[in-house]
Amino acid sequence: MRTLTMKDAINEALTQAMAADPTVIMMGEDIAGGAGRDHHPGAMDAWGGPFGVTKGLATRFGRDRVRDTTIAEAGFFGAAVGAAMTGLRPIVELMYVDFAGVSYDQMINQAAKMRYMFGGKQRVPMVMRTVVGAGFRAAAEHSQTLYSIFTHIPGLKTVAPSTPADAKGLLLAAIQDDDPVVFFEHKRLYMTTGDVSEAATPVPLGKASVRRKGSDLTIVAVQRMVSFALEAADTLAIEGIEVEIVDPRTYSPLDERTILESLHRTGRLLVVDESYPRCGLAVDIAALAADKAFKDLRAPVKTLTAPHTPVPFSPPLEDFYLPLPPKIAAAAKELVAY
Amino acid sequence: MDTEQLAWMYRTMRRIRIFDMRVKDLSEAKAIPGYAHTYHGSEAIATGVMAALQPSDWIASTYRSHGHAIAKGVALDGMAAELYGRVTGVCKGKGGSMHISDFDKGMLGAFGIVAAGIPVAVGAALSAKLRGSTEVAVAFFGDGAVHQGVFHEGAGLASLWKAPVILVCENNGYAEATATDYHLNTETVAEMACAYNMPSERADGMDVITVYETAKGAIDRARAGGGPTLLEFISYRFSGQFEGDPGGYQPPEEIEYWRQRDPLKVFEAAASDRGLDPQQLSGIRAQVEAEVDAAFAAAEQAPYPEPRETLDDVYVDYGQE
Repeated sequence: MRTLTMKDAINEALTQAMAADPTVIMMGEDIAGGAGRDHHPGAMDAWGGPFGVTKGLATRFGRDRVRDTTIAEAGFFGAAVGAAMTGLRPIVELMYVDFAGVSYDQMINQAAKMRYMFGGKQRVPMVMRTVVGAGFRAAAEHSQTLYSIFTHIPGLKTVAPSTPADAKGLLLAAIQDDDPVVFFEHKRLYMTTGDVSEAATPVPLGKASVRRKGSDLTIVAVQRMVSFALEAADTLAIEGIEVEIVDPRTYSPLDERTILESLHRTGRLLVVDESYPRCGLAVDIAALAADKAFKDLRAPVKTLTAPHTPVPFSPPLEDFYLPLPPKIAAAAKELVAY
Repeated sequence: MDTEQLAWMYRTMRRIRIFDMRVKDLSEAKAIPGYAHTYHGSEAIATGVMAALQPSDWIASTYRSHGHAIAKGVALDGMAAELYGRVTGVCKGKGGSMHISDFDKGMLGAFGIVAAGIPVAVGAALSAKLRGSTEVAVAFFGDGAVHQGVFHEGAGLASLWKAPVILVCENNGYAEATATDYHLNTETVAEMACAYNMPSERADGMDVITVYETAKGAIDRARAGGGPTLLEFISYRFSGQFEGDPGGYQPPEEIEYWRQRDPLKVFEAAASDRGLDPQQLSGIRAQVEAEVDAAFAAAEQAPYPEPRETLDDVYVDYGQE
């Protein structure tokens, strides 16, 4: 076991998957960088995407398999659908999830529906990696967490790892999966560190992880909110409140059982997501509790999300926007006191 | 062209240069939060195009917005404050560097998504036509944007509608970290206009007079009902894609080649032939330095918005209007 950043863990998963399977290819904007300037020594792998996550892959596997595309997301996403149906396992990178709008049709109508609509003959084994998250002072068009608009679509699977080990294992599973998978990487988690196995061991999709055991309250936390919830739990423990934290890890499919079992033990649910409040993961999971755990509930189900606003740029506004740990602790206390 | 107009051009290009060099320093020092994309190298394009526009005309900018904003007359104070996320910012601290835009100055927006402003400018042009106004609209975008669907869809509609819009491609040699001569399937961006039966022109984007004259031709035609034009101006991005991008893919000899064609240098070299005296230029430069200093000094002192202002302006506030 070594300690790796999430960024390096993702890079390792991609490297191992590409080394093991020659049908795995990658496409994206400047996932290598420097295309057209290969005669210049600084060009190859100058970028590795804007965060350097895919750095080194083009050098190792060549530009045929690690393809820098034009800024044409609809084009190369559609190409990935076609390549996936005909024997390859493409991994496409959407530089920021905020750019989903320009590529959305190929994901929601083509990738997601080919198999169902054409009688179950096609498989579309592609992965869309994308970067999400506020807290980077990157304003309204580079900070969103659009988990729910992809989770909403039948035919797509959605994954949002919160630790480096999960990022590696879940990405390996996503690449091996025969359905289209949307893989969310949080920009504020890239430099977080954790133990990561050298082995290329997939973490199965659809299995939640209990990050902390506790008896007073269940917090279901989405991606970066897991670390915020853990921080809040530490302060609550001092006051004698024991929080259980469930990290669903994948949202489609959703591991309902782990959430419901936790709720059966604690009787209280707080769902924390940094996304917009309406029609999001938080209300989805809250509805699950109302529907399937009503008898277990000792308090109203509570959701804690961003407000129904775009992500603001100015630091004090963005901090107000995010469900930071003190807000989580306050919401938890309110539930326990109910 | 009279010397007053020439002096305006020099002042504007200097403002953009000095402002963005300050942005570069502040960004490197992490004094301003978030992403910053400087307009370093393309000063002549925004300046030359804006010199040919009226204040009532519209522009659509990009996340590389500072040059367009300055040339369209947005106050430096409000721009600097926006970079710091202060309440006195031109977007009240909601937008930051990538979205510096002032609707009151005819900016439709500074769009963070590549090519997103193109169809919006086409719509503003259609609106002008339907309202019986003589306003025209200009969409600025980079060479990388021509691979986006909305570039082609917008161009097609503009031509079909004979909309008074000018599509201005700032070809600065790179789409992010990918070389333009690699990603373009055609020799030029300008020739893509033939698919839309639209006139087009390709010109030197390092010479503000050439930009002005080229833009003026297209703008006059649009205003007279002659429909859209695609213009491609050739320039160079002296900085990386964003501040913090070391730009290791830009060969030093290439940078040096373009440094010789720096739009400020080009202008200064020809200034006395055009009747501007060098002392006047250094005077302008000193004034601009002072303006930029004052703008950033005021910005640093300005208050942040109240956190609850996060909730404002999502929708129209019907109660107050």
